[in-house]
Order: sequence, then structure tokens, then C-alpha cells
Amino acid sequence: MSMRLSFVAAAFAVSLAGCASTGDKLAPEPVNRNPYPSTYRAYPGVPTLLRGATVLDGEGGRIDGGDVLLVDGKIQAVGQGLSAPAGAVVIDAAGKYVTPGVIDIHSHLGDYPSPAVQAHDDGNEATAPARPEVWAEHSVWPQDPGFSRALANGGVTSLQVLPGSANLFGGRSVVLKNVPARTVQGMKFPGAPYGLKMACGENPKRVYGSKGQMPSTRMGNIAVTRQTWLQAQAYKRKWDRYEREGGDMPDRDLAMDTLRGVLAGEILVQNHCYRADEMANMIDLSKEMGYKITAFHHAVESYKIADLLAREGICSAMWADWYGFKMEAYDAIPENVALVDRAGACAIVHSDDPNGIQRLYQEAGKAMASGRRAGMPITEEHAWTWLSANPARALGIFDRVGSLKPGKMADVVLWNGNPFSTYTRPERVWIDGALMYDANNPRLRPVSDFELGQTGQGDVK
Amino acid sequence: MIRSVLLGALLVGTAVPVSAETIAIVRGTVAIGDGSEPIQNGTVVIRDGRVVGAGAGVAVPAGARVIDATGKWVTPGIVAGFSRLGLSDVDAVEQATDTSSEGPFSAALDIAPAINPNGQPVAINRADGVTRAIVAPSVGKSIFAGQGALIDTGADLDAVTRPRLFQFIELGETGSEQAGGSRAAAHVLLRNALREAAELGRALPVGASRSDEASMDQRERPVVRNPNESRDYRGNRSQDVLLTRFDAAALVPVLQGRQLLMIHAERASDLLQVIALGREFPRLRLVIVGADEGWTVADRLAQSGIPVIASALSDLPANFESIAATQSNVGRMRAAGVKVAIGTINDDDTRMAFRARYYAGNLVALAKVPGAAGLSWGEALAMVTSRPAEAVGLGGEIGSLQAGRRGDVVIWSSDPLDNASAAETVLIDGVEQPLATRQTRLRQRYQDLSPGVLPQAYRQ
Repeated sequence: MSMRLSFVAAAFAVSLAGCASTGDKLAPEPVNRNPYPSTYRAYPGVPTLLRGATVLDGEGGRIDGGDVLLVDGKIQAVGQGLSAPAGAVVIDAAGKYVTPGVIDIHSHLGDYPSPAVQAHDDGNEATAPARPEVWAEHSVWPQDPGFSRALANGGVTSLQVLPGSANLFGGRSVVLKNVPARTVQGMKFPGAPYGLKMACGENPKRVYGSKGQMPSTRMGNIAVTRQTWLQAQAYKRKWDRYEREGGDMPDRDLAMDTLRGVLAGEILVQNHCYRADEMANMIDLSKEMGYKITAFHHAVESYKIADLLAREGICSAMWADWYGFKMEAYDAIPENVALVDRAGACAIVHSDDPNGIQRLYQEAGKAMASGRRAGMPITEEHAWTWLSANPARALGIFDRVGSLKPGKMADVVLWNGNPFSTYTRPERVWIDGALMYDANNPRLRPVSDFELGQTGQGDVK
Repeated sequence: MIRSVLLGALLVGTAVPVSAETIAIVRGTVAIGDGSEPIQNGTVVIRDGRVVGAGAGVAVPAGARVIDATGKWVTPGIVAGFSRLGLSDVDAVEQATDTSSEGPFSAALDIAPAINPNGQPVAINRADGVTRAIVAPSVGKSIFAGQGALIDTGADLDAVTRPRLFQFIELGETGSEQAGGSRAAAHVLLRNALREAAELGRALPVGASRSDEASMDQRERPVVRNPNESRDYRGNRSQDVLLTRFDAAALVPVLQGRQLLMIHAERASDLLQVIALGREFPRLRLVIVGADEGWTVADRLAQSGIPVIASALSDLPANFESIAATQSNVGRMRAAGVKVAIGTINDDDTRMAFRARYYAGNLVALAKVPGAAGLSWGEALAMVTSRPAEAVGLGGEIGSLQAGRRGDVVIWSSDPLDNASAAETVLIDGVEQPLATRQTRLRQRYQDLSPGVLPQAYRQ
């Protein structure tokens, strides 16, 4: 829950309390919807002018020979011939590209961290198929060295960390700023809404079927999912009435709290789902139960129903070229991203991988090249929306990040070449205007506690 | 073979591979694959399935089919330096996967019969310019995975170029686990196995040639060609044996240096143990796979002369044997004189060998990062062509466009180490290959979603 949302809830509760004071009923007590609040604070930066770059603004715009001015942690201006304020650092970016930072909508950094030992196996609460009560942030280990690789090699400035897909309801996701911190609270993206990880297909039915439990089939998946939502609807009715009218506080249920948040439109559904037919089932299910699916993740068959996804306004988070690792990935094709995009649906390139996140920009490059070869003209400035504006929208943070628009957070990458190419690397990365990585400065290279004092500490990685 | 080609044509509906012809690819940017930089306006000539010559000023023979590669790049086919290509159609489908065995045998396992040349991963990698693959089994219940092969990715059923090319074993964390939970146990298991092999091998004169071997009594032939044979080995075995007779027999050629011993190890100390093993058993022909921490002992690896097939971009402490992993590993080992190549080690190795060329491109990019060790373009291409071939002793056969090599040639739309490029023509043994896959068919079927007069299932 965002801070803003919880504010509203609190204010709502207070006003109701005023009305209820004359009746017999007890006034409703507000529930703290943000008990683990972000403590992230932007690090200090200096006014910085990037001059003469190819600027891809992240929402489809491009300026050749463009300037980007960062002041007080925000994008202050984007254009040509900008003048530098007094004391600003001016960087000659001719021949280079400037983009908004990469946003990975699907990561397990922190909840499946490196080293991948069993003691770190914190991504799947695979003890019941519906576990909406767990929150990924309570598994995230901020010392995962993977965060630093995603920053330095991948230009990743924000990411969503999700629970795994063993469960139909995997739990809440968390959106992080990719800034090292001692606590996960120190990384939490201020005000970002929560997500709910859901899953369909092979994983839940395999995990529970192998234990002799329901679900063991796809129809079992759907049945358990529906039944759980019915429970959530009843819970929501009870709590809505309480918050309206007061009285005895109903029992709180953490699982149902999360689902109620979805039904109220406050928590965004991030649905792991591969096959076209299963996505269609989930769309009907969401309508039956009264919620909206924000994005399908790993949607390898979105190209088969791109028209439906466009109509429903559901994003697809996809890989460029993964295929064949499981039965439900058998029909993956490298033109998936481009075909979804061409249909007017929201296309996102995601990683789900601690290595892939370091090359998400190259994955977008592959997806763009595959689309072009299949006859779809895709510009670079448009393709960058797959890494910034579109994931930002699907995370509910597009008003803050995801494009180089004045007033947005200055999450910016300077690339040493074309940012879709295998030949290109991030040269500098700013988060909220603070320079968090500089390829030319070994002191601007984060080293996690885990790597401190080990061979290779502080090495280029 | 003929039947399979016809069947393939029916299923795929594309050009049937014709027999090897004389082909001249002209006016392309030609990269030999031996580490040299690309040559503008070069020519590549292939005859009788082999490269006749490549470079500038190579004459086009009369009667050759001429392919104009203006604006294109021409390279040897990509060699998957370490993979499980052909062993799985769908990884998570047990019945479609033959990478490892929980059965009674280990070292005796020969991966060749498990290769499925009709599987989609083979076709998809072929269509992306991977023409050969070094294919290893995975371990099941032992440190010995069995015998790996070199395959081609051609659209026919004769995939295996060199069966039983190497024995593959695990000596790092995985080896420790297989041996019962300790590296010490893995090393004792290995030495015991070599002892048992030596005992069996005594029947065979040390250094016996293949022809000697062929003339021997079948029952005395220590190379197990088919573990299902009920061959009687008369060689005396002592009572204290752990290995099955077949497994021990499979290690005889390893011990005698007639079959490569490929060892997976990542940790610096494990790599030094492999080097020590080479000193202890001087006849072993070792190849190291992995070596995430190789850069920390690069001088010693170089001195040992043991080839290393490494992961190009491994840079996370994914486990405690890879604490020092960095993308600069390959560049640093190369600079120190290690014979290094790139493979996809436990890296979607059944399917994604085609990524190797992007990995090579990333190593070129590293050359621009201060403090990092990258590669020149020519050297990066060699890492995915000639170097893996050389690592398994087949540098004279595949992996480059030098005269005499097999005619595995790819024409690319542009620079193959950049991710915007695609393979446009693929030759294997001089035979042009079909590049259509299920993926291209699916794209064609669904690229237009407007309702037709019949369902999509009728579009083919």
C-alpha cells in the first residue's frame, strides 16, 4: 500500500469516527496499511547536464543531439541547447545515449539471492496453494550481490521483486529502488503500490499435485483460485461494512487483507501465465471476481491473443528468446514482444533472472531486431518503452519514473553506445539524481557485505 | 538418411538438403575464426563438404554456385563449446529429456544414441548459426557423467560427428555432492576408478592403436561401445571394486590418453587439484570446464597447457565455488596464455547455445570498460568457433574457415557478435540447411489475428 493510499484510508476512518460518535456502535479503528514503510531517501547529487546525446525519453520520444538536465534529484529539462546552471557538472555525451533507467518488472533478486544455497531459498512459500499473506519484502536480503550487477552492468534503477510461482497466490511483491541499503525498507520505492503475484499453469499443479493435494490439474488451479476469491469477497464485505459503520472489529486475516486490497483496486495483479488459453481463462476469472489483471508475466503466447490483451488493457511481460524449458513454453517465439506491441497491447521485456537482468537492454535489442526482421518497423525510441514507460505503468509508478519528463525522479543511464547492443555498457547511472555508478570510478561501484573481504572484492564484475 | 530427408521435407516443407556442391561465397566480410580480424570483400570456397580457401584473393572455381554476400558477414558456424544440445526437447518434460541417468551405469554411458537431431532445440540453434555442438551428459548418481560427443545440427538424422569424444566428470560442488558430500570423497572415487580401469586395461598394451584394438578379441576390447552388450571381459578384477565392469572399462581409454577427460570445476583450489591430477597421471588428456575463478590461478592454468571452456559472463557468486566470478575471467585467462574457449555451462545448455555469439560480443564490449579485460573482435569470434574445437582436439576439423576444415559456414545479415544480426544461410559439411522452425511457422500463423474463414489451425 502506498503512503498516499494509507493516508486516505486514515482520513476516511477519522471522518467516519466523527459521524459514529453519537451512536451505540464503536467507531471503526483504522488499520495500518503500511506497517513496513519505505525509509528510502535519495542520496545527494549535484546538478548535472548531459549534453549532445541521443536521448530516448522512455515514452517514445527521441532527440538527437539532446541535453538532459538533472537538478535536485529530478529531471529538470530535456531538450537541445540547454544551459548549465552554476556549479553544474557538464558531461559531453556526444556519440552516447541517455535513457531513463531500466525497470525490471520481474525479478527475484533478494528472495532468491546469490549464493543460491538452500538457506537462501526464500521465494516460494510452497506450503499451500494460496498464500497471499506472505510479502516478498520479508524475504528480500538487501546484501544480494545481484543488485549491484543489475545496476553496474544493466543500468537497472527500479525493480519489482516477486514471490515465486509455486502457488496460485504467491503473495505480495515489492517495488525497489536499486540503491544499496542495510534494510529492505531502505530500498522500497516510496509510494509504490503493492502487487499480488498470481500463477496459473504447470507450477502450482505440479507442486501440489506431487504432494497429493489440490490443485493437481489446470482445472484444479482455476477452482482453487475462484474459491479463494469468493472468500476474499466475503471478507471485503465484512470489512467494508466495519469501516463504514463501525461496531465490533472483524478478525483480521493477512491473506484476505491482500486480496481485499486487490478487489479495492489498490494492489496490482501480476499474473504468471504462459499459455494463451490460460490467459483467457484468467481474464474471465478476473471479471467474474471483480478485479483487474495488470500484467501477465512470462506471457510467451501473448502473440496468439494480442488483440484480446490490447482490448483488455493488460500488459505482457516477456523474454526476448527464451523457449522450450517447460511444456508451457514450447510455443515461445522471438517475435512475441514485437507482435504484442504491434497489436497495440502493452509490451514489457522482463528478466526473471539474475544474469538476464544485467542484459535486459540487450534483450530488448533482440526483440526489436526479431520484430524488424519479421517486417515490423520498430524505432529505438519506441522499443525503449518496453524497458521504462510500460513497466512503470504496470507497477503504478509512471507518475514518478519511466520517462525523462521534467519533475520525474532523475533515474538516468548514460550508455557508452547504442543501448540495445551487445557492444554497449552503462557508463554512468543516476538514481534520484545521485551518481550511483560510474564505470570510470572504482569507488562508485557498490560491494555487498557478502563480497566484502572475499577474493575479487570491488573487482569489475 | 534418405528417408529422413524426405520425412523432414514433408514436415518442414522447405528445401531438402542437397548433396555437397562447390560453393563460392563472394564479396562478404569474411572472418576466419582463428582470432584474426575480419577481411573486407572476401571469398569463401567450399568443395566436397570442405573449405578450400577463405580470404581476400581466393579464386572462384569454375562451375561453382556463387552466393553474393555483399553487405553480409561470413564466418565459420558457431561451435557450442559445452552444451547438452540434442539431449532434450523440453527440459521439464522427463520423457523428452536424456541429459542424465539415475540407472546403474555412469562412466560407460555413451550419449550418442540419446541425441535427437529432429528436436526443436537443434533446429532453432541451426537456424541461428550454431553448426556443431560439444555435448556432454549430466551426472546422475556418480561423479562420472559418461561419454560426450561432438554433433552437427544438420537437418538429417546423422548428427553425431564424433561419438565418445570425452569422458565428463564433476569435481567441484556437484562432484562433492555426488561423491557423498565431500570433495575428498570425489577425489578418492576418481583415483579408485582409475585404479580399476588400470587393472582392466592391463590386458591392453599401453599405447595400443585403434587398429590394434580392432584386431583384438572382442571380449578384450575395453572401450564399451554399447553398454547393453553382454560382452564377457576376461580381464581379472580384484574383489574390492566399486565400479561396474562396464564403467571401469570405459575409463581405460581415458587412463591411456586415448579419450579426453573433461572436468567441471569452478573454484580456484579445485582448478589446482585438476592441474595436480594431470601431473599425477601424465597420460590424461584433460580439459577443464567452468573455471569461474580461473583468473586467480591463470598463470598456473597457462603453464599446465590444459584447455579451459569457460562461462563467458558468469559474474555472480552463484555459489561458494564461484565467489570470485567476473566477466573479465575469459579476457584475463586469455591474456595470461590460457587456451580458453566459451561454453554454455549449466546455462540453459540444452537450448540456448545460440547465445554464445552474443556472449562473445559482450566480451568485446568489456574491452571498453576501465579495469575490465575484454577481447578483440577476432579473438571473441574464435572463442565460439575455433577455440572450443581446439579444446577437444578437433581444431583441424571444425571451427574455422582455414583450408581443409569441414564446410560449416554461416552468412549473417550483419556482424554476428551484435544482437541485431541473424543467420541467413547456414552450410554444414558444405550442405545448405533449411532454416525454418516451428517458431517461424507459429509466427506466420499468428502474425495476422483478423478472423479468417477458418480457424488458425488451417493456416500452415
